[in-house]
Amino acid sequence: MSTTAPRPAERRSLGDRWHEAPRVLKVLVWALVALFFFALPLINPPLLSTPDSDFGSVLFTVAGYGLVALGLNIVLGYAGLLDLGYVGFYAVGAYTVGVFGSLHGDLPWPILVILAVTVSTASGLLLGAPTLRVRGDYLAIVTLGFGEIIRLVALNSEFLNQARGIQDIPRPPSLELFELPTLSWDGAVATVDLNDTSVFAKFGLLDGVPYYWLALVFIILILVGDTLLQNSRVGRAWEATREDEEAAELNGVPTFRYKLLAFAMGAFIGGLSGALFASRQGSINPETFIINLSMLFLAAVVVGGQGNRWGALAGAVVVGYLPERFREVADFRVLVFGLLLLLLANFRPQGLLPPRRARRARKATQQLQHLEGTEGGARA
Amino acid sequence: MVGAVYGLFALGYTLVYGVLRLINFAHSEVFMWGSFAAVWCMTAFGARAGMGVVPAIGLLLAALVAAMLVSGGVALLVERVAYRRLREKNSPPLVALISAIGASFVLSELMGLRDRVAGWLNLSGPLAPYIDRAREYTQFTNPLANVEIVNLGGFSVRSNQVIVLVAALLMMLALDQFVRRSRLGRGVRAVSQDPEAAALMGVNQKRVIQLTFLIGGLMAGAAALLYMIHIGVTRFNIGFILGIKAFTAAVLGGIGNIRGALLGGLVLGLAENYGSQLFGSAWKDVVAFALLVVVLLFRPTGLLGESLGKARA
Repeated sequence: MSTTAPRPAERRSLGDRWHEAPRVLKVLVWALVALFFFALPLINPPLLSTPDSDFGSVLFTVAGYGLVALGLNIVLGYAGLLDLGYVGFYAVGAYTVGVFGSLHGDLPWPILVILAVTVSTASGLLLGAPTLRVRGDYLAIVTLGFGEIIRLVALNSEFLNQARGIQDIPRPPSLELFELPTLSWDGAVATVDLNDTSVFAKFGLLDGVPYYWLALVFIILILVGDTLLQNSRVGRAWEATREDEEAAELNGVPTFRYKLLAFAMGAFIGGLSGALFASRQGSINPETFIINLSMLFLAAVVVGGQGNRWGALAGAVVVGYLPERFREVADFRVLVFGLLLLLLANFRPQGLLPPRRARRARKATQQLQHLEGTEGGARA
Repeated sequence: MVGAVYGLFALGYTLVYGVLRLINFAHSEVFMWGSFAAVWCMTAFGARAGMGVVPAIGLLLAALVAAMLVSGGVALLVERVAYRRLREKNSPPLVALISAIGASFVLSELMGLRDRVAGWLNLSGPLAPYIDRAREYTQFTNPLANVEIVNLGGFSVRSNQVIVLVAALLMMLALDQFVRRSRLGRGVRAVSQDPEAAALMGVNQKRVIQLTFLIGGLMAGAAALLYMIHIGVTRFNIGFILGIKAFTAAVLGGIGNIRGALLGGLVLGLAENYGSQLFGSAWKDVVAFALLVVVLLFRPTGLLGESLGKARA
């Protein structure tokens, strides 16, 4: 249908112009953005860098939050399911790596990660299959209970080493190909610091940078998959289910199946980030997975703007980075979060970066207006 | 006996859910503030164990009033800050839930950081006994000795247990009669049945919603005092887990159903007791959550069925 030619006088937004830009340019810009983020810990920019703690480790934390936020965004933002126990999947991923890598086995790291996401996806399916049939607000409580049960089981079960947790969790295999120097700044002048180097892909105890890179790779992979998925039939089914479940069902969308899919995808990503977290930390214990973490994840998605993957990432930066940058307020961060959530819900319920309406939806509105306009003209 | 406390606490969830169809996530902090009010009341009046029976009972009654007032006030505040604006804008329930989660964080952290807050207000000196060790457990001094009343074949019944159970039942009875018989109670039922029709019949919806929060808060305050008599310690973050349990009790009995809340609370209390007998006390909380999941799966409307509106006068 090409009945609606764009009116020439209409001001095109930046987004539209970007959409029509040549493919080469787009790829180039994306590559530059990605490169910037990969280089970030090496550049160590003065205002962004964290004076009180290792910048590479902070970036890894932020990237971990980003990964989780992307996963929760699928569940909450796309499918509209309020999951308050997301930390449960995170814990399942981390504990799987711990149990099979250190406590009761010593499988190699890649297999551990695959195992971790498999187990957490399975737990997502197991939890989702019965609970996704209950009403939306009950789901919130059941998932909240789930997150707590996982922690309590870890705390009480002899098999999972109770409160002692798990130590000596395997790290990703190191490559140790070459060294990369970092920049150190004196005011606005940068010097190359050859003493403070980061060995490419040496997953050790101290240097957080390689873990950050690894997390970034996963983020990019998930972003690509996420984009493809959202623009596909699945994404539209989620959107329809979120907006009006009954109408979606009547239009032939098997809503339950799609909700379960979203839940499983979320669990997959949650498990993955849990596994990464465990291999970075080297040790985990039940106290790592308190329910407040769930709330922080949720805050990341909601603050950023649910339903927008960039919003979720932005929210993760807010949640993960700001408290590290401004250590002075660390004691008050939960309080500040509470206030932030309260203010956001009341004054900007759609989040900092609300999802843009799909191009498809806007086109449909435009067409509708156009049709109505011509009809009105014909009648007059 | 803790079941009776859950039951009273659950009323707040049930009432608000019945009227607004929303889970009041901040209700747990309403309870927590009530528990501190009880502690502070004892500190203020210099309660100690082994006072005479009459002043001790007087003190407990004063603590009851204090806890109920503080909880009721906090509940009204939650309604004002976290809900009213959203309701006027007709926001989706998810936003209200997030707003309530925010309010819950703020309330709990304010309590946990009360030493700092007092510092900002330059009140650290005069408030010292109230803000000591803000992030640790705070002890409740019960002026009344916990004596054994009867001993039934090795199973002793102590005075605290009797106080908790009787007080909870009295509260429940009073509330039940209030909702069933009074004019305001009729308003509450009308709004929960059909808000629009109620508004057309001249029920002041805003007033009714405030009232629901207030009653829920008052009951949570009473529950908080009973909890303190029973357990004896409180902390800024106790609300969370207790809140989930109270909510479980509400769902168990059928959310929106006042009598159901009491029944649900008692059943949950028993289940926890037997659960800790069977699996060890460490698994007590797991039993509560597992029970919640099971109930939601097999009988999502709870034992007595939901709806506040169906209660007949």
